[in-house]
Amino acid sequence: MLMDTSDMICDTYPGEMVGREYMENLYGEDMDRVLHSVVKLKNAVIGNNKQKFHMMSLGVVARLLEFIQNERAAVGLRTESAIVLGSLAKGSQANVKRLVDSGVVPILLQCLNNSNLKFVEGCLRCLRSIFTSQAAPVELLYTDPGVVPHMLDIVSQSPTTQECVCSILAQCCKTSEHQGLLYSNGVIESLAPLLASKMYKVQMPALRVFCVITYMNQIVSSAVAAASVAERPLPDLLVELCLRDKSVEMQMSSAKCLTYMCRANALSSQDSKIVYKALPTLIRMCKKDRTLEERVEGAETLAYLIEVDLELQRIASYSDHLIPTLSEFLRYPSTQTTVMDLKRLDYDMKHSHELKAAALMAFASLGANDEDIRKKIIETENLMDHVVCGLSDPVVRVRLAAVRCLHSLSRSVQQLRTSFQDHAVWKPLMKLLQNADDDMLTVASSTLCNLLLEFSPSKEPMLESGAVDLLCDLTKRDDPALRLNGIWALMNMAFQVETKNMAFQAEQKVKSQILAALGTDQLFKLLSDPDVNVLMKTLGLLRNLLSNKPHIDHIMGMHGQQIMQAIVLILEGEHTIEVKEQTLCILANISDGTTAKDFIMANDDVLKKITNYMIHANVRLQIAATFCISNLVWNEEEGALERQMKLRDMGVQKLLQQLLSSSDTVLFDKVKTALQQFT
Amino acid sequence: MTGLTSGIVRQQQKAKMADSGDSSAVERNNSASETADERLKRIYSMVNEKETPLPRSWSPKDKYNFIGLSQNNLRVHYKGIGKNHKDAASVRATHPIPSSCGIYYFEVKIVSKGRDGYMGIGLSAQGVNMNRLPGWDKHSYGYHGDDGHSFCSSGTGQPYGPTFTTGDVVGCCVNLIDNTCFYTKNGHNLGIAFTDLPHNLYPTVGLQTPGEIVDANFGQQPFVYDIEDYMREWHQKTRVTIESFPVPDHKGEWQKTLQRMVSTYLVHHGYCSTAEAFAKSTGQSFTEELTSMKNRQRIQKLVLAGRMGEAIDTTQSLYPGLLERNPNLLFVLKCRQFVEMVNGTDSEVRGLSARSPKSRNSSGSSTGSEYRSSPSLSPSHHRMDTQRANGKIERTYVAGNKSPNPGELINTKSNPSTSANQDHVSVAEMNAVNSVTNGFSSNQVDVEMEVEEYSNSQMVCNGVSSRVNDGASTSYMNGCSHNQHREDLMETDDFDTDKDVQSQRRQLCGGSQAAIEKMLQFGRELQGMSVQLRRQYGKNEANKKVLQDAFSLLAYADPWNSPVGYQLDTVQREPICAALNSAILESHGLPRQPPLEKAVGHATECLKLMSKVGIGSCAFANIEDYLR
Repeated sequence: MLMDTSDMICDTYPGEMVGREYMENLYGEDMDRVLHSVVKLKNAVIGNNKQKFHMMSLGVVARLLEFIQNERAAVGLRTESAIVLGSLAKGSQANVKRLVDSGVVPILLQCLNNSNLKFVEGCLRCLRSIFTSQAAPVELLYTDPGVVPHMLDIVSQSPTTQECVCSILAQCCKTSEHQGLLYSNGVIESLAPLLASKMYKVQMPALRVFCVITYMNQIVSSAVAAASVAERPLPDLLVELCLRDKSVEMQMSSAKCLTYMCRANALSSQDSKIVYKALPTLIRMCKKDRTLEERVEGAETLAYLIEVDLELQRIASYSDHLIPTLSEFLRYPSTQTTVMDLKRLDYDMKHSHELKAAALMAFASLGANDEDIRKKIIETENLMDHVVCGLSDPVVRVRLAAVRCLHSLSRSVQQLRTSFQDHAVWKPLMKLLQNADDDMLTVASSTLCNLLLEFSPSKEPMLESGAVDLLCDLTKRDDPALRLNGIWALMNMAFQVETKNMAFQAEQKVKSQILAALGTDQLFKLLSDPDVNVLMKTLGLLRNLLSNKPHIDHIMGMHGQQIMQAIVLILEGEHTIEVKEQTLCILANISDGTTAKDFIMANDDVLKKITNYMIHANVRLQIAATFCISNLVWNEEEGALERQMKLRDMGVQKLLQQLLSSSDTVLFDKVKTALQQFT
Repeated sequence: MTGLTSGIVRQQQKAKMADSGDSSAVERNNSASETADERLKRIYSMVNEKETPLPRSWSPKDKYNFIGLSQNNLRVHYKGIGKNHKDAASVRATHPIPSSCGIYYFEVKIVSKGRDGYMGIGLSAQGVNMNRLPGWDKHSYGYHGDDGHSFCSSGTGQPYGPTFTTGDVVGCCVNLIDNTCFYTKNGHNLGIAFTDLPHNLYPTVGLQTPGEIVDANFGQQPFVYDIEDYMREWHQKTRVTIESFPVPDHKGEWQKTLQRMVSTYLVHHGYCSTAEAFAKSTGQSFTEELTSMKNRQRIQKLVLAGRMGEAIDTTQSLYPGLLERNPNLLFVLKCRQFVEMVNGTDSEVRGLSARSPKSRNSSGSSTGSEYRSSPSLSPSHHRMDTQRANGKIERTYVAGNKSPNPGELINTKSNPSTSANQDHVSVAEMNAVNSVTNGFSSNQVDVEMEVEEYSNSQMVCNGVSSRVNDGASTSYMNGCSHNQHREDLMETDDFDTDKDVQSQRRQLCGGSQAAIEKMLQFGRELQGMSVQLRRQYGKNEANKKVLQDAFSLLAYADPWNSPVGYQLDTVQREPICAALNSAILESHGLPRQPPLEKAVGHATECLKLMSKVGIGSCAFANIEDYLR
């Protein structure tokens, strides 16, 4: 700011001499003269960064702090000193840092206890400048636990205290601890009336505080939702700040606050304040006539608002041409603009990344649940190209957003078969997986899971490019989400393909490859994974591996003993119905093999367990167990008679006859089939 | 500085009024009790329905015969066979959308989608074939329920929005400022559908298969979509456009122009102190001398106080030859004087009602500024008296003159309410002697100041508010005049009555016989003057009417409650005051009307013109918003 003028002024104040004079005067005996020179100093540094720097170099800050701290000094002098510090805090980042390093902050915070309003205001202004700068020493606000309550106490004293306290709190509330601290000190009651202030410069920072305290905080959000000002519910007040003749900043912030309250379950997503105010406001913020910053903020907040709500996603998808509007984000800056101004180019490039990331996030949310919306998104011109490009964008945020978007879109069966294939999305995705951080890996591997589904044509080329190893690695990660995705993807990969596009041999190869890469040790380790989801998917993988007679025999031939051991372990352990059902299904698969059958028939313990499950209280387990028996006694297969005999001896046939009285039709059919096998 | 301070006080008051006005508007928004007319009037405030009526229903004349109307022509149903698109049928609203709406909106609820749900909602120009759905032909635009496509004067639609069916409410908004149109479904904006729309389009719906029924809401009911919020945005945009309109500002000329406008306005209406202070702070000079301005102010005060005789005399002595050159003006003034005589307020008749404190006061005043004190006293003090006599506070009065007045306060405290008449006596008798015991005369100076404020505020009403027809100022005037009648009564009956003052009726010329004779004499002179004028300048209908009206007052036993009684209202003094003021200014080579008022007039006319030629922004450029 004002760089030109400052140069000019420097000429008229040929620095050194004048500066020294100031310093000498500041150390004078006559307090009136001292005050006079502080005022002169104030006038000299206003709007003049060079002069500020110069004065600070001369050590003026220390002297001013002495005045401020001196309880016996005249309050006028202390006030003026605080004002000069406030002036110094405005301007360059370096100045702020020097002030912070000089220990200004704790002293000024201490001075807020003074009873003179003008002095307190002076201190607050300076603190506001410091805390709202980029180098804000946030933690200093919380060092003394008395500071925040005191600030909330004095907030109502004057428009200046209102404005400054709100600005400071809005900047310094960074964590859920901060939120909790502010909340327990009554921030809602203290600041709610300010939302109804007639002064914009008070209203706006107050609104910002409400945004930061409600973000991802259920307790605070609920309290805000229940609060009221002059018998008007606070959420209604927020809606009023959202009206279209308010400033854009105010509309955005109030929509944001409503969004946060909605996501924290303090407001229903069907609430008209969300559906008819917050949502359309955010959509409007994405429009072309808004600034780039506003569009980014609007799209990001929108993505957050609709992320988990299908109805909001639907409304947004047809509101105000949102999808085409967002897709324009991806094309920014348009190629027509000639590169003339380097500064402009820099600005454009910076924002082009942010716009891209924001739009991709919004698309991810829009397409999270509804097939029609996904279709609409994908059909938008060139959109898939941009998503695929985004996967290899140099900026992490863009890559992450692109993967999220891809993940969301990959939930569509139809898209997996068509556009995903057309765009060979697996290639950049695989590349992305090679060296990504955990956040990225989680989303990317989830997407990979979907791409590896049985019906996905991407499956084969991905296998060839080393997907198996990559996924096996994932199963060894500490993060359960990554282990889950890894094993899940492997499970999908091993799923029996009935289509013609993969030959039987190839199928066998894939399974062997998975087993080889994962290793039985790792497989069994996963079977005892503390995360039940991981266990379920591991069982699923096992079940998928043990499909197709030859595969079953082949694999059982190699790992039969260990597999049976693991199965017994799980059946005996404390597990959910689902886990046991899955395990019984594996047994059923094993009993479908030719040689593999022996692993069961030879194990009386297992047979006993199966028969026990036939009379289990849970019908699903009964079905799975019966299915297992049915496979064992299948009379077309070799050795069926002996197996039937053994099982008849164990009383299985009688058991089956008893089960004929079952009211469950599925079970009844299975039982009937099994009984028919007995000769 | 009196003028200046009172000016500021008034500004704050006005701002306050504006605030409360706004909030009540917000409340009204939400109240369900608002009638259809009120709602339409509020959202389309700039529409003059006498010239351009709003669409309020479907037209029974402008429809295809497969269309049936019911429920006050708001419900539309299909009654054709509906075999194919050749059986489509439309209906237009009774009137085209007036451009002065700025933003126009209507909603259609799908009561039943009928067999196939081929409803089309949109706009069309007059004369477009009604055997079609809106959108298929030139100057026709529609959004169709079956496919959700928009049709812009074409048989093939563009993918636009979701489909709509039974139970949905579809809205259509025409923006007459940027000539675009967007639709809404169940309160959600679907985005711009059409651009470059022509003007004078009619709301239109079309149906195509049996069983299709739709209901229209042209604003009779609250809308599902928050159209007023959209309007708010355009209101704001228009405001920004106006405020940031580039003006040539070389060397601060623009600012100087603005300052001159303010200054000339102040000078015109004779706010001497304010004008002086303003000129000083902005470094301007004014063309008229301060004394001249004060003279005008003095004359205006006299006129507004109803003391026409003195006003005419003063004008004649201060501006010799002025009235001689304007015989018609003089005649009108004299007619007014006659009216004031009937009223009992003119100085001629006042003097006759022997102990009128005003005449006494003015003649006996040691300051010698006869005219300054005399008109000023009448409104203020007598108001006090009546207030106390009535035993209640006149609210209109309080609202009109809020500036606190020390004189008033002391007066109220020092005088018990029954001593109203005694006050006058003591002023009359102990004028010079007493200042402490009587509170009344001791506050002479304060009184003087107060009255200046009072007159000033009256003139504000005269200058601005009467132009925008501010209801508040009128009621204030009324309250004032009302008081005056009563107090004049009291004056004349000063000594022989005290208790029954209030119950007495107003009497001709204040009830004094001498005054009545004087009035009749004056009437004869007036008649003579009229005859002479006619002889000299020929017939003048205006003059004739003024004289007739004035004389008609005598035909009634109670002129105040007669059909011509309005003349006795103090508001009637204002145009005469303005005419005299303008004449004086004109004689000095100054404009009859201050540039500020002229500019306001221009802007008003400009808006009317905009509305006529179809420039929608006029809807959101309300001059009153800027005068506050």
